[in-house]
Amino acid sequence: MHTVLQQLVNGLSLGSIYALLALGYTMVYGIIKLINFAHGDIYMLGAFWGYYVINQWHFSFWPALISAMVFCALAGVIIEYLAYRPLRNSPRIAALITAIGVSFLLENGMSYLFSSNVRSFPQVIAVKQYHLGSVTISNIQLLILVVSIVLMILLQLIIKETKMGKAMRAVSVDADAAQLIGINIDRTISFTFALGSALAGAAGVLIGLYYNSIDPLMGMTPGIKAFVAAVLGGIGLIPGAALGGFVIGLIETAVQALGFSAFKDAVVYAVLILILLVRPAGILGKNVKEKV
Amino acid sequence: MKKNLKYNLTWLAIMVVGYILIDVLELVGVIDQFAETTLVLIGINIILATGLNLIIGFSGQFSLGHAGFMAIGAYTSALITQAIPNGGGMVLGLIAGMALSALVALIVGIPTLRLNGDYLAIATMGVAEIIRIIMNNLKITNGPAGLYNIPQLANWSVVYLFVCLTTILIVNFIHSRDGRAVMSVREDEIAAESMGVNITKWKVIAFVLGAATAAIGGALHASYIQTIAPNDFGIMESINILIIVVMGGIGSITGTYVAAIVLGLLDMVLQNFGTLRMVLYSLALILIMVFKPSGLLGTWEFSVRRIFTKLKAKGDA
Amino acid sequence: MTLLDVKGLTKSFGGLTAVSDVSLHLDDNELVALIGPNGAGKTTLFNLLTGVIVPTEGTVTLQADSGLEVLNKKKPYTIAQAGLARTFQNIRLFKGLSVEDNVLIAMTSKNKEGFFESIFRLPSFYKKEDELHQQVLDLLKIFDMQDDADKLAKNLPYGAQRRLEIVRALATKPKILFLDEPAAGMNPEETADLTRLIRQIQEEFHITILLIEHDMSLVMNVAERIYVLEYGQLIAEGTPEEVQKDPKVIKAYLGGEA
Repeated sequence: MHTVLQQLVNGLSLGSIYALLALGYTMVYGIIKLINFAHGDIYMLGAFWGYYVINQWHFSFWPALISAMVFCALAGVIIEYLAYRPLRNSPRIAALITAIGVSFLLENGMSYLFSSNVRSFPQVIAVKQYHLGSVTISNIQLLILVVSIVLMILLQLIIKETKMGKAMRAVSVDADAAQLIGINIDRTISFTFALGSALAGAAGVLIGLYYNSIDPLMGMTPGIKAFVAAVLGGIGLIPGAALGGFVIGLIETAVQALGFSAFKDAVVYAVLILILLVRPAGILGKNVKEKV
Repeated sequence: MKKNLKYNLTWLAIMVVGYILIDVLELVGVIDQFAETTLVLIGINIILATGLNLIIGFSGQFSLGHAGFMAIGAYTSALITQAIPNGGGMVLGLIAGMALSALVALIVGIPTLRLNGDYLAIATMGVAEIIRIIMNNLKITNGPAGLYNIPQLANWSVVYLFVCLTTILIVNFIHSRDGRAVMSVREDEIAAESMGVNITKWKVIAFVLGAATAAIGGALHASYIQTIAPNDFGIMESINILIIVVMGGIGSITGTYVAAIVLGLLDMVLQNFGTLRMVLYSLALILIMVFKPSGLLGTWEFSVRRIFTKLKAKGDA
Repeated sequence: MTLLDVKGLTKSFGGLTAVSDVSLHLDDNELVALIGPNGAGKTTLFNLLTGVIVPTEGTVTLQADSGLEVLNKKKPYTIAQAGLARTFQNIRLFKGLSVEDNVLIAMTSKNKEGFFESIFRLPSFYKKEDELHQQVLDLLKIFDMQDDADKLAKNLPYGAQRRLEIVRALATKPKILFLDEPAAGMNPEETADLTRLIRQIQEEFHITILLIEHDMSLVMNVAERIYVLEYGQLIAEGTPEEVQKDPKVIKAYLGGEA
């Protein structure tokens, strides 16, 4: 029983990182139907920013986290402006290839500038282990879980309660109609990128702290996993992304705990395919039939 | 009938001249070993991308799992040629690789090709990853280390031959009843079904054919490079093939050729830039897509028939 | 002779019944119109008959050459192969393909080109392609479109696109042709042309036509029999004269007291 609980704790903290990343994917997809392939690399940028400010400017955890979010939000907005905006009326697959190009550029640009070596992330917070009965949970895990959940609630509030959030929802339903009632599409899309990228930046700092190591290619695998999570939950849906993230985190830790860690990604993909076969638009997605 | 013979003979002549040209350039030393490798890799990429273009560009199904089928072809033929290291083994390996790849595509395609757009992309990507992970853990594939000392039975002539063969067969397929049915699925599924076209059947056929083509590419890759490992066939490989298809122009086989050649040469030139190579490559990729979103050639296709018609019109005038 | 027999056809979407207990029949070489106010369920009925949506209840049987064939719950492509062809209210051509390819695709199930015959370009392939090409040109000629064969469907003017939809449906060699608002968006002159065309199709191809149309001049001109649908139910059936006098029909259209 205690191993089950222990794995649940581990799975939830890993899952919350996936969820934070998946939210960015799903928001961008919801608004411009683009698989933002470079999203995982924004998360890498966040981790590197955290590394830099903690080491060079001696930031403590919270300023590092918040400044990483601001930095990544800026990076996301700039990337959208330079690389995606010119392609807004082009075939979607062209925008996808551009996003792949941006992803390559960030990975290789960072490798070129800072070498592709793995660096150890500074330990700004001393690790403490808490024992709750037979379950061990570290303060870092707790921090990841709490920060992620707070950010998700904040995001939900922004989307539901603010004017910008309403604009985001309007644009994702029908961009032309939104424009007709006076919504500034460009600004709304920039805002969406800023929000999603800020979450990725936070995830980057948290994972640096959790795994202790960062490198320029660290965004690739989690990026793809997070996208899988977004699809699993129903892409374009905020609660779906959160749900998908936690589901994947839990599956991964469960498979690992059962001793099949070599197959953990295979199991994740198999579950994804099975779920899509039963629910072709993801767990929470609605299948929209074309009108004839 | 006579006209068709003329067109086909012209195509044959183009292919023979191309072969002789490369042969002569190699003889006089313009093409060295390094350039030949580039040439062979371009050829293999053309084979892979033509097959993917059939799936994405002509049947309109977004597959992101091409590397998985390439892996099946590579491993199957590598294992067979290791056991039978001669031309017969190569042929047997190719056939077995294509058959196995087609079979997997059939099993995977029937349920998943019901999915739409990006959902299909992610499902096929998952399938390819599962294939890679299985090869990473099997004994017969030698796990993560992969296979080495694969007999080099494919030289540039063999690759050239297969580039011509796969292109001819795929282009012939496209310009027939079957190809038109496949394209109708891309254009409008509901209208196609109402005209008596069994859309599931044609989606699966295009997918299976594309997978078989990927197996040819994989087999040639394994035989020419002589070592393969599961990580050669990851998501990045699928993406590299996708880039060729999209950059050339979705639905243009000529575009696939142009993009494969441009990217191959770009890669060769950038070798001199060391670590800056991939940075420049990704910048080039972004710039080409931003300025030519429909690909280098759009849907334009090189056509011998059109040239003859134009020449004739000029002659008559 | 009854060609198509529809009994108790019903379709509910959740709580809403879009088509309710519709029974109708189409006879050989008959030209029938289906009319009704907007939202009456006419297109839904078409979609049910052609298999685009599956009926909740009811049966559709076709008098095929080989005997009676039950069509409900079959896939659209099997229904099309059995001899039911249609056009679409919002034009659904294969826009990126040539006019000739549009028509050729409709011939897919009747086309006997084999896979290996095609990819290896055997002499028999060229022979079959030449025959098909001739058939397409002949068909296009009837509709005065032979010069458009190589144009992309999306580059045709609106009226020609509507005509191409009809040509494409006819290329499936149907027993019954369903036309969904063929005159939509046409001016009176074009509608008059279309009227002639529909009559011509009925005679030359010797097929049954079921037509949805809002343009009453067209309907009253060509239809031999009319079904009237309101709120998913048939409220009247008869010749144009009978239907025009029917108080229920007048009420449905004018909303006044009968």
